Amino acid sequence: MDDLLSEFLTETNESLEELDVEVVRLEQEPNDPELLSSIFRLVHTIKGTCGFLGLPRLESVAHSGENILGKFRDGELPVTPEAVTLIFESLDRIKSLLAALQETQTEPDGDDIDLISRLNAMAEGVAPPPAAAAPAVVETAAPEPVAIEEVPAPAPVEAAASEVETAKVSGEPLVNQLGGISMVDASIETLFRHLLKDDELKPYFDGLEMMIFQAKMVEYFTSILGGRDKYTGDIQEEFRPLAEQGLSDPHFDKMVACLQSALSELEIDDALASAVVAVFEGARETLLCKAEMEAKAAAAAAAAAAKNKSDEPDGAQKEAVAVVQSVRVNVDMLENLMTMVSELVLYRNQLLQMVRKYEDSEFSTPLQRLSLITTDLQEGVMKTRMQPIGNAWSKIPRIVRDLSLDLDKKIELEMIGAETELDRQVLEMIKDPLTHMIRNSGDHGIEQPADRLAAGKPETGKIVLNAFHEGGHIIIKIQDDGRGIAIDKVREKAIANELATVAELDAMSSKQIMQFIFKAGFSTAEKVTNVSGRGVGMDVVRTNIEKIGGNVELQSEPGVGSTFVVKIPLTLAIVSALIVESGGERFAVPQLSVDELVRVSDESEHRIEQVNATPVLRLRDTLLPLVDLNEVLGLKKVEKVISDDAVPAPEGEEAAGEETFIVILRSGVSSFGVIVDQVFESEEIVVKPVTPVLREISIFSGNTILGDGSVIMILDPNGIAEAMGEAIQSEAAAVDDDARRAQERAAAERSAILVFKAGTGESRAVPLALVARLEEIEVGTIEENDGVPVVQYRGRLMPLIEVAEGFKRATEGRQQVVVFADGDQSMGLMVDEIVDIVEDRLDIELASARTGVLGTAVIGSKAMDVIDTAYYLEKAFGDWFKTHGNMATNDRPTNKVLLVDDSPFFRNLLTPLLSVAGYEVTAVEGGEAALSLRDAGRDFDVIVSDIEMPGMDGFELANEIRTNGAWTNTPLVALSSFSSRADLEKGRNVGFRDYIVKLDRDALLDSLSHTLATVRGAA
Amino acid sequence: MSDTTNNATPETREFVTIMVGDQLCGIDVLKVYDVLGPQKIARVSLASAEVAGLLNLRGKIVTAIDLRRRLGVEDRPEGERGMSVVVERRNELYSLAVDSVGEVLRLPADKFEPNPATLDSTWRQFSEGVYRLEEGVLVVINDDSLLDYGRTPVAA
Repeated sequence: MDDLLSEFLTETNESLEELDVEVVRLEQEPNDPELLSSIFRLVHTIKGTCGFLGLPRLESVAHSGENILGKFRDGELPVTPEAVTLIFESLDRIKSLLAALQETQTEPDGDDIDLISRLNAMAEGVAPPPAAAAPAVVETAAPEPVAIEEVPAPAPVEAAASEVETAKVSGEPLVNQLGGISMVDASIETLFRHLLKDDELKPYFDGLEMMIFQAKMVEYFTSILGGRDKYTGDIQEEFRPLAEQGLSDPHFDKMVACLQSALSELEIDDALASAVVAVFEGARETLLCKAEMEAKAAAAAAAAAAKNKSDEPDGAQKEAVAVVQSVRVNVDMLENLMTMVSELVLYRNQLLQMVRKYEDSEFSTPLQRLSLITTDLQEGVMKTRMQPIGNAWSKIPRIVRDLSLDLDKKIELEMIGAETELDRQVLEMIKDPLTHMIRNSGDHGIEQPADRLAAGKPETGKIVLNAFHEGGHIIIKIQDDGRGIAIDKVREKAIANELATVAELDAMSSKQIMQFIFKAGFSTAEKVTNVSGRGVGMDVVRTNIEKIGGNVELQSEPGVGSTFVVKIPLTLAIVSALIVESGGERFAVPQLSVDELVRVSDESEHRIEQVNATPVLRLRDTLLPLVDLNEVLGLKKVEKVISDDAVPAPEGEEAAGEETFIVILRSGVSSFGVIVDQVFESEEIVVKPVTPVLREISIFSGNTILGDGSVIMILDPNGIAEAMGEAIQSEAAAVDDDARRAQERAAAERSAILVFKAGTGESRAVPLALVARLEEIEVGTIEENDGVPVVQYRGRLMPLIEVAEGFKRATEGRQQVVVFADGDQSMGLMVDEIVDIVEDRLDIELASARTGVLGTAVIGSKAMDVIDTAYYLEKAFGDWFKTHGNMATNDRPTNKVLLVDDSPFFRNLLTPLLSVAGYEVTAVEGGEAALSLRDAGRDFDVIVSDIEMPGMDGFELANEIRTNGAWTNTPLVALSSFSSRADLEKGRNVGFRDYIVKLDRDALLDSLSHTLATVRGAA
Repeated sequence: MSDTTNNATPETREFVTIMVGDQLCGIDVLKVYDVLGPQKIARVSLASAEVAGLLNLRGKIVTAIDLRRRLGVEDRPEGERGMSVVVERRNELYSLAVDSVGEVLRLPADKFEPNPATLDSTWRQFSEGVYRLEEGVLVVINDDSLLDYGRTPVAA
């Protein structure tokens, strides 16, 4: 590319960035004369350079913009948001022209009439119409009143104006009212006949390629009269030569008159004719190429002025003098320098290590010097790559401004720490994520002014962008004082998108749940706006930030606001890393992802525990999954070398003294521990990309050469987390992929199931939700009462029941007991062994005739009996349910309950439960079956229905019951495996009285008696 | 490939000869960046068996490929230390571990023959062709396909 042109592009782009910031400031401080003249100067310089380089489109847009700015400066025009928007629009146009220029090295074809005419209208003090309006409307809405008066119009000006108004209101474009393109063609034809008759105009138009000229006029005219096809040519091309020959306002007036008579000749009705004339009038500026002509005149004047004042440098030149102090250097060159310096550092380190071995070497002094200089050089080169973060922020004020206009919100932006420096490469990578987070804060965070006032907050929302250094990293905080993030919405969405199960979410802290917004496809915005809410975004933000070794966290307090905290390294080239060893090999772990180091031995407070044969680390009340690096990498653990003279420790002792090092790593939102054999010091390493041959091993993010010259791999915490997930999954069961996917689909319906063994050695299952506690009871404390074993438990006697015949109670040691409780009464089920707690669907596939067994279900890929708790409860104390039964039956007749649930397990579980509580239960497997009962004339006091059912679901069923048939007044209670506020709301809307989580027996019984009581009370 | 060297005339090509197992092979002399003696090689876990590891060559990280494994020849007997030929491909350096490195041979182009039909399929994949010499057949190694791990399955 032409040097001059590339220089121009760089400079102009910089000026534009500066302008973006300054114009936003101008909107806030419209009366700052210094700011105004600075802006004016910048635009003026752009215009001047464009003129110099022969870039007419850029020049004319810049010129029109400058006009407005000039009027701002002279106080002739107030600084309004509309005007500023228009200025921004012209800056954007300039940017897009520059982009095209950069690509093709020439200005793109086309013109900017629409923009320039609006700019000019603004400069004239007429409010510009919205940019999206049809050209005809644009032109008619901004006619120059003076010009219209000059037209020898047959109709009064007011009439014409009102006609224009009606034409616009009627919505019919003028071109159609006129009678289509053919009539436009005829009008132009006639117009030109008249023009050529006029002695003053004839010389300009005579000798033109009449056919082409007229055709272009027809095209242009059709378009500005509101024709469907947009005019794409450049009418100014045609008129420019005429304008240069001196075609000006008086001539144009004559042309208007010619058009007038041409239209009357064609017997166009007066009102329509004047509307058409007005449109033509509106094109005056364009056709006469006024902007250009004026620009030329201005340029000539400026050149003359510059000549006169050559000894007195103006502002722009002064700036130039200041700029000379810096040199532009190609970025590649800097990158190269950086690489070389990095290598230099490596060698310096190697040398230092070698020399350290020899005391008093003659090399030490010069090497010391070399070392110092290398360090200085490294810092110096790093500094050349450092840029203030403000450079990445330059676009943000503009974005916030546009956001607040788009969304009708009032947003104030505060930027703190713009001077904080960071590596250019990091800066580039952080730009887009930052922009996205700001948009997010503006769109999702800040509320509408009315809502803010209602919430007792100031009307104007505030976004604070804060950057600062902290321990070798840069922290960027993006804070808004908006509505914050509703945790339950995130939960719901996470469930709906199958990102987590209810049980998983229950186990998470709200901070962890919050991080779900960084998952792909996640958006809590209720509607998708053009600003954000498409759900592609926050995950990209996180990926991009993690790509540069950073991390992002979200903190939010409902009603108070949210804060994104981004932590990124200062530079990518050199990172601080922890060196660890596993299987005799060393690895580097980026310090940024290391949360802490834990040493575990028998004496330490932290211990490794086993959960279902998977090791976990209990660390300050949290359980962290553990993974052995040796296993992940397929390495053999190297036994610690015991030196020859040391006495070999006896087996037991060695095991007792053994220590384990655990590196706690963070990957995204989750933390986990990595067991390593050794932990060494942390070292500054130069990250080098891995060779393509090894790139598919996701566990490594790069490699490096250590000070001693050895090559080691850099571990990628995300890769380890992935590998760990795979390892756990592959262990979990030999479930093939399809089955696993099916399970995942059904995840929402899963429940926790306790698996135990008793008597026969077969596994049996019971839903965990029915279990109160698991206990171990000293055999010695078990007493016999009426032949029934009992134990004193929490100050009461608890009967112990055996699961099956042939069950042998433990005779010594401890007896495992599964405790079921209700209020202060408990019952213990004696079992041999608690096997596991698994998450699975409870589908009873084979019903059982045996007492105490509901049926057989496949749990964790094994078939097992699901025990009937109701049976054992009754066996334990016959009166247990009777207390409930009494509550329900004593003072009222038997209530009839219709239970609708597709799951045979729940039907089997709830039917006895409700029966013993005194209800008469009819259970059906779906909505259709329920409705056929209704149509058969059956009557119920209350209907309990599942929500998720194949075919007709609970909501549909409720809707049908509420609107048709005999059951419109029968109370409905919903039963669901998960309940969120939205579900609750939806349920209420379709007529459910209450919403019960499945397996919550007490809540169901309470709800039923409460519902019935209310209905009775009301009746 | 035949319009190569400065020393060689258009009719001849120069090869660095190497031994892989009992087989004599040749690598175009212009592709060779360096010849190394025994090196300290850092193993890389999880990498395929043919990747011997990484080594530090004057501040550059070089991927070491075990040519015996790549070509499906049995492993070198324990204790025998080989040599390495460093070649460059797409700005990356690779060190090919071989049994020994011999002289540079200048061979006339008209002696060049396509792969014999009986050549083992693994060899055929990485061989450009052969020269019949008095001391035996020299297989011309095609370093491009040899190091193209994107195309050929790594776990070959």
